[in-house]
Amino acid sequence: MNDREWGFKTRAIHAGGGPDTATGARNVPVYQTTSFVFEDTRDAADIFALQKFGSIYTRISNPTVNAFEERMASLEGGIGSVATSSGMSAEFLTAAALASSGDSFVTSSAIYGGTHTMFDVSLGKFGIEARFVEGDDPDSFDAVIDKSTKFLYTEIVGNPSGSIADISVLASVAHSHDIPLVIDATFATPYLCRPIDFGADIVLHSATKFIGGHGNSIGGVVTESGRFNWGNGRFPEMTEPVATYNGLKYWENFGEYAFCTKLRSEQLRDLGASLAPMNAFLLIQGLETLPFRMDGHVANAKTVASFLENHSEVSWVNYAGLESSPHHELANKYMPKGPGAIFTFGVKGGRESGAKFIDSLQLISHLANVGDVRSLVIHPASTTHQQLSDEDLASGGVSADMVRLSVGLEDSDDILWDLDQALEKASS
Amino acid sequence: MSVEKKKVEGWNEPSAKERLALLNRTETIAMVGVSAKKSRPSNFVATYLLSSSANFEIFFVNPVEDEILGKPCYKSLSDLPVVPDMVDVFRKSEDLPEVAIEAVEIGASSLWIQLGLWSVEAAEIALAGELELVMDRCIKIEHARFHGGLHLAGFDTGVIDSRRSKK
Repeated sequence: MNDREWGFKTRAIHAGGGPDTATGARNVPVYQTTSFVFEDTRDAADIFALQKFGSIYTRISNPTVNAFEERMASLEGGIGSVATSSGMSAEFLTAAALASSGDSFVTSSAIYGGTHTMFDVSLGKFGIEARFVEGDDPDSFDAVIDKSTKFLYTEIVGNPSGSIADISVLASVAHSHDIPLVIDATFATPYLCRPIDFGADIVLHSATKFIGGHGNSIGGVVTESGRFNWGNGRFPEMTEPVATYNGLKYWENFGEYAFCTKLRSEQLRDLGASLAPMNAFLLIQGLETLPFRMDGHVANAKTVASFLENHSEVSWVNYAGLESSPHHELANKYMPKGPGAIFTFGVKGGRESGAKFIDSLQLISHLANVGDVRSLVIHPASTTHQQLSDEDLASGGVSADMVRLSVGLEDSDDILWDLDQALEKASS
Repeated sequence: MSVEKKKVEGWNEPSAKERLALLNRTETIAMVGVSAKKSRPSNFVATYLLSSSANFEIFFVNPVEDEILGKPCYKSLSDLPVVPDMVDVFRKSEDLPEVAIEAVEIGASSLWIQLGLWSVEAAEIALAGELELVMDRCIKIEHARFHGGLHLAGFDTGVIDSRRSKK
């Protein structure tokens, strides 16, 4: 304990991971257990009523998962975090906490196809209306907000459109309507951008990506700033008595801790999308090296993007780190260290050449993930975004020749070699 | 929930280290204004402080209740059988100076004014009486920050310490 403001690298290694109180274990132990024994009946009653902090059941809370949560909250500059079983469940739980049947939210349409479908179809089935706007123009968001709107949502780097969200302007729009701005910052990680610093209220991650980095665990996390005024009248669930917890009111009882408390004790409790302790442990291992890996990813991505931009078999490259990108200015504002390592490019010859290119790669893996230490590639129109109509595909910024690349940490010369030989084969 | 933190001359809000030291020095706490209703924040805080999570001797001051959480209520601070180390207040802002005067009169060592409350007048009274002072903080949250509770709820405690914690 002290008042030092610890640096990012220090927090990536230490935050939330003090020596184990029971054993002194220096590394965070894996508490591979479903349940925790109560001290006595009064202890059990106090914890169940949220009057005392404690572990009950791993669906709601687990000490290994708690270490991951505190570390993410610290790195994001938030008040607290709730870990989830996947990035998708982080999004679903957040929407379920903020909106009910008859409510709406406004989202960019240039987002991950899976999220687009969940928002449109699955949330739609529960009567929650997703209002899609093209791109990240804050005025378009503003235009469709009404009394039913509970939050604004976008990705910091659109997947796979590559657009960069103007977070501070979107935050102003949201706050002028007394609603929170929710940012999915998966492609940035807190090392490259902390949306809360720019006014966002809730930050979501698929921890499966750069946070783990090793590509061995699915996970997600929700982090809240602790700054939003949940008592402003638009969120009755935060201010009305909660029958399942003896009539307490989240905002009155927990103040700035209210949102995370509700998310854990209602949405995580009820929907059960909790992160497994073993996966939390593996994600913690990833976080320890996050700053170093992200520096390496960005350096390799810049090298690869420049190489592709000058390649005769490449028709276009859309990486916000390139000066030619229309998103370069916003990228510099929000991610001065570099806009991550995931971007798209077009292979000359369209769909057929694109497929041949992918089949010819030797080092780079063809699979449906990003943010791994390994370089990864996919053709969105035929995979991640194949469930979208042509219209939705176009409004999401996806074209038939588009290849998405997630640049890994291999020697950059080897990545360039592999791309070059596959592009040559694709053109022949 | 947020208060306007008007400047108190000669006083800075205690740092995390100072708040922990104050909690560690404190053995007896008089809680002023705790509600008997289970759903009220003050009742939550009292339940926490009485639980095995904490190790304080707690006294309730409440002129209209006989008993809260199975413990007797005293009419005023001067009716307590002991001089408490700390007076922890849940009363509304305009009542705080009066509580501060009483806390000085009985010889308490510290005045803890709960989250969402701030009074320059009460602060000046407490400081003139040489009481340690905390305002706009929840004693449950601060205790839980340093003793693992907040950590077990996924919150950032801000604590980084490679030494084993002594319970």
